Amino acid sequence: MIDHLNWTATIVFVAFFVAVTVLGFVASRWKAGNLDELHEWGLGGRRFGSWITWFLLGGDLYTAYTIIAVPALVYAIGAFGFFAVPYTILIYPFVFVAMPRLWNVARKKGYITASDFVYGRYGNKWLELAVALTGIIATMPYIALQLVGMEKVIQALGFHGEGYMAHAPLTIAFVILALYTYKSGLRAPAMIAFVKDIMIYIFVIAAVIMIPIELGGYGKVFEAAAKAYEGKQNAGLLLTQAQVVPFITLAIGSAMALFMYPHSMTGVLSAASPKAIRHSAMTLPAYSVILALIALLGFMAHAAGVKVANPQDAVPQLFLKMFPDWFVGFCFAAIAIGALVPAAVMSIGAANTFTRNIWRPFVDPNMTPSDESSLAKLMSLVVKVGALAVILFMPTKFAIDLQLLGGVWMIQVFPAVVFGLYTRWFSGTGLLAGWVVGFTFGTYLSWGPTAWVPMSVVGGVGMFNALIAVAANIVVATVVSAAFRPATDEAIGHRDFEDAIEAAKA
Amino acid sequence: MKYLVLLIPCVIALWVPFFNTAEPALGGVPFFYWFQIVMIPGSVVFIWIAAKIEGSDL
Repeated sequence: MIDHLNWTATIVFVAFFVAVTVLGFVASRWKAGNLDELHEWGLGGRRFGSWITWFLLGGDLYTAYTIIAVPALVYAIGAFGFFAVPYTILIYPFVFVAMPRLWNVARKKGYITASDFVYGRYGNKWLELAVALTGIIATMPYIALQLVGMEKVIQALGFHGEGYMAHAPLTIAFVILALYTYKSGLRAPAMIAFVKDIMIYIFVIAAVIMIPIELGGYGKVFEAAAKAYEGKQNAGLLLTQAQVVPFITLAIGSAMALFMYPHSMTGVLSAASPKAIRHSAMTLPAYSVILALIALLGFMAHAAGVKVANPQDAVPQLFLKMFPDWFVGFCFAAIAIGALVPAAVMSIGAANTFTRNIWRPFVDPNMTPSDESSLAKLMSLVVKVGALAVILFMPTKFAIDLQLLGGVWMIQVFPAVVFGLYTRWFSGTGLLAGWVVGFTFGTYLSWGPTAWVPMSVVGGVGMFNALIAVAANIVVATVVSAAFRPATDEAIGHRDFEDAIEAAKA
Repeated sequence: MKYLVLLIPCVIALWVPFFNTAEPALGGVPFFYWFQIVMIPGSVVFIWIAAKIEGSDL
């Protein structure tokens, strides 16, 4: 089981893991608040300034799975994997414009989730339920994939077990994560994010400087990669004509979906001010640069002669080949800790949503703040056990397919949430009808007879299913809203979206 | 209207036919890659301009 263990790397790996575990438990006392209230446990008391928000969102959005999957896609097919760059460029102008509005209204009305806002805006609890369920269903496989990222590096350290023992290190790591998330809430990943992000910056900068030097420069790296793609269809250093529209629609669709996920919302709403969000929108692209550089590792793996059957092993194998053992341990620890932060925030986001938008409206409307907090803590455990079960009992491919489908589902709440920030023209009924159509249609498009397909052909060009389905969603929402006008009473006035300072000036 | 400036980086980032070429390469990196990487800080400039136009509290 441990005969082939790389001891130096493993010791460095375990040391960092233990250090962040201590941080996770200590975090409960950081910026202390009453953890028996949901906004304290689940949003860190909305006390995170520009710096913390930057680290937390960076640690939360750029997940361990991303760090493995993006270079894996580049390794497999080349240029197309770079869709992650336009995708992340599109996000921040959107965050800059829309998210401060959401933050303002959430702060004034005490909202903790996107569904809270949707209910406040449209007064339709079935729409609230639809948005909540979408978030939870899309999040579960995403957490499971963080475990995949973690397991990849544990395997690369040389750990091989039989049967359930194969998953023993992962299970231990996850139980520890579950315990400190339970105790400290959002403060734990916020604190660990500092460690994660700094470690990732160090390893990426080292990798993109040291590896090309050893391989003879970037020119050589790209030449070697070009050779590796020769003769392959739809793979290469540039996009083929047939890949252009899929590339564009995948970038747009992914960007629209990202900030609908509960973990993104949790990160945004935990900011202390709209100013912290605007600052983050301007500084978070630093992580996108890192992501683009990580994508290039896929080419470097070709140049270094890494040959793997599963492209997801390309980056771990590249590091083993190019770096000294102690630094391999450091890089792998960065990736594993990189899994902990999003997994924690995702489970908190899903737990907040379950408590606020499913349990309270449908089961127990008279919950006290301390009931809410206890239930959310419990749910954060349940969500994590569920994700662990997915990994232990189902093929990994299932989790990957579900996560890709998650993007197709998540984008279906975009009209309800984002249009709602600007207009009351749409009705709850209309948006719910749109959601039903978009969700069903998107799933139908994606569910191929043998495998999941992300793209469908429309008018002769391939397009990302999420975008096709959300277009149908918007058409239906518009038509039905025109037919059924909303009630006129406004729970939220236009001033609720403005910053407090601007509202005072007006 | 004050946010229209934010559409500029989005349009450039999605204008694939413009940057889907190998030349001019930079230090061995094809244009497709280095241009997109440069566009990331480039997009920040537009967000900064939008913030100035808006006069928001920064």
